[in-house]
Amino acid sequence: MKNKVPFVVKCAMVFVVLFVLFALFGQWLSPYEFRETSLLNRLKPPGTEGYILGTDARGRDVLVRLAVGAQITLIVALVGTIIGAVLGSLLGILAAARRGWTENVIVAAIDVQASLPIIIVALFVLAMFDNSFTLFLLLIGLTGWEVYARLMRGAVLSAKEHGYVTAVRALGASPWRIYLGHILPNVISVALVQFTVNLPLTILLETALSFLGLGVQSPLTSLGQIMSEGRDRLLTAWWLTLFPGAIIFLLALSVSLIGDWLRDRLDPTLKAR
Amino acid sequence: MIGYIGSRLLRAVVTLLITITLVFVFIRFSGDPAAALAPPDAPQEVIDQYRRALGLDQPLWKQYTAYLGQLLQGEFGYSIHTGLSSAQVFMGRLPSTLLLGGSALAIALLLGLPLGAIGALNRGKPIDRFAMGFSVFAFALPNFLFGLIIILVGALVFQTYVGASPDSFVDVFFPALTLGLASMGAFARFARSSLLETINAPFMVAAEARGIGGRRRLLRHALPNAAIPLVTLIGLSLGGLIAGSVVTEQVFGWPGVGQLLVRSVATRDIAMVQFIVLAVAVTMITANLIVDLLYLLIDPRIRSK
Repeated sequence: MKNKVPFVVKCAMVFVVLFVLFALFGQWLSPYEFRETSLLNRLKPPGTEGYILGTDARGRDVLVRLAVGAQITLIVALVGTIIGAVLGSLLGILAAARRGWTENVIVAAIDVQASLPIIIVALFVLAMFDNSFTLFLLLIGLTGWEVYARLMRGAVLSAKEHGYVTAVRALGASPWRIYLGHILPNVISVALVQFTVNLPLTILLETALSFLGLGVQSPLTSLGQIMSEGRDRLLTAWWLTLFPGAIIFLLALSVSLIGDWLRDRLDPTLKAR
Repeated sequence: MIGYIGSRLLRAVVTLLITITLVFVFIRFSGDPAAALAPPDAPQEVIDQYRRALGLDQPLWKQYTAYLGQLLQGEFGYSIHTGLSSAQVFMGRLPSTLLLGGSALAIALLLGLPLGAIGALNRGKPIDRFAMGFSVFAFALPNFLFGLIIILVGALVFQTYVGASPDSFVDVFFPALTLGLASMGAFARFARSSLLETINAPFMVAAEARGIGGRRRLLRHALPNAAIPLVTLIGLSLGGLIAGSVVTEQVFGWPGVGQLLVRSVATRDIAMVQFIVLAVAVTMITANLIVDLLYLLIDPRIRSK
């Protein structure tokens, strides 16, 4: 097995590191505050004195807005993916461990989720309740929970058949000890691989909903929300949509590339193909 | 085999019933529909009148059975903004969305499958790496960004607004390409791995040993077997197409169901949103059922179980 990291994956890693640094410290690159408007400096193109990446329709500095937007997008994507991973994995393990009615209910819930695209569920809930950042975060967190649940259920069911579980049980270990100490470490890689598949999906869902004007709301901002605001001025002020759009694309691309590479490393059966 | 069909049918019905129940629960607990429908400064008596008219003074289980009864009779409520029944508004929008989604699926299949197949046949060569790179690229490219770039290029270079009227070829092709791009990547990836798997299968070696020519081996032996999981993949891509159409229609101003959904959510037209959600659920559940049943036709191995 080659241990060399492919060039493309190296580039992807560099981009992700740069993105995280930009999200954390990018605000220091600009002397302005992200909500600070300036009526005299509206819609300045990139390269204008004092505004490296230009300004938007209210004269706000695009650079600092991109930095704050990147931060919010990063937080939503990470927290959302973690919520989905933990919730889905726990339900999957629970279904496999308890069997019976618990399993039936969880499997039915998986079926229901699989029959409705997450963006439709999110739009339905957002039509009912006032949009708040917490609610939005929870909705993003639902992305792909059913995939974790299905994968983990399958993994735990097959792990239970293994000899080591019978051996540990014969030694008198409690169910908690069997699941947390022995089965979980053996199946966790399934969830970790799925995590890298799911992360770009949450990034794309957050930016799509914010782009539709139904996600992150002003005065807060995210990369999708900046695009949504700049959309009406696509022809006259392209920098308002293309800069955040390019960042979203490169981020999703980098994360997917790293995810694919990790999956090949962690799962030797796929490598054979 | 009858048991297999029966269990699939039962599963579909149960899934639909749970979805309907969840929709009901969410709508009932999201706020007081009577207060929302009554004029803003209405006195309490008027609101109570609305409550009685809507049956909200009944116990919850009675409301639930009444709701199920309404759905069975085809009463889905009225869109607040148009005053028309939500089913009527939906049906008016459906043809545009079917045109967009159908074209997107066709483009994705026609471009994605050959790309992946060529990659598999030239494994490890530059064309293969291009096919794989493209599929990651297509997955990560947000459809709203791609759509905006198309509009931008169309306006600046060709002096035309793409998607302005969905009746010319260009105005259908580019929105459909935008919507189909992600599925195209998935199809290419699938075609590659599925074909690679069958090419190396024992029956292919047997065919070679029997002296069957390379071309015939590929077309008559490898392709039909590699195509079996395609049914599942098309079924799975339906969800992605529905989700993607919401964004794509918004970008191009396409007068379809997705645009209607976004507008109804923004204006809180609950009856409309409810109808669209139920329609999506019914579509997806039916599609999954059809996929399961199609396997019976295509794959004799399942039939014999």
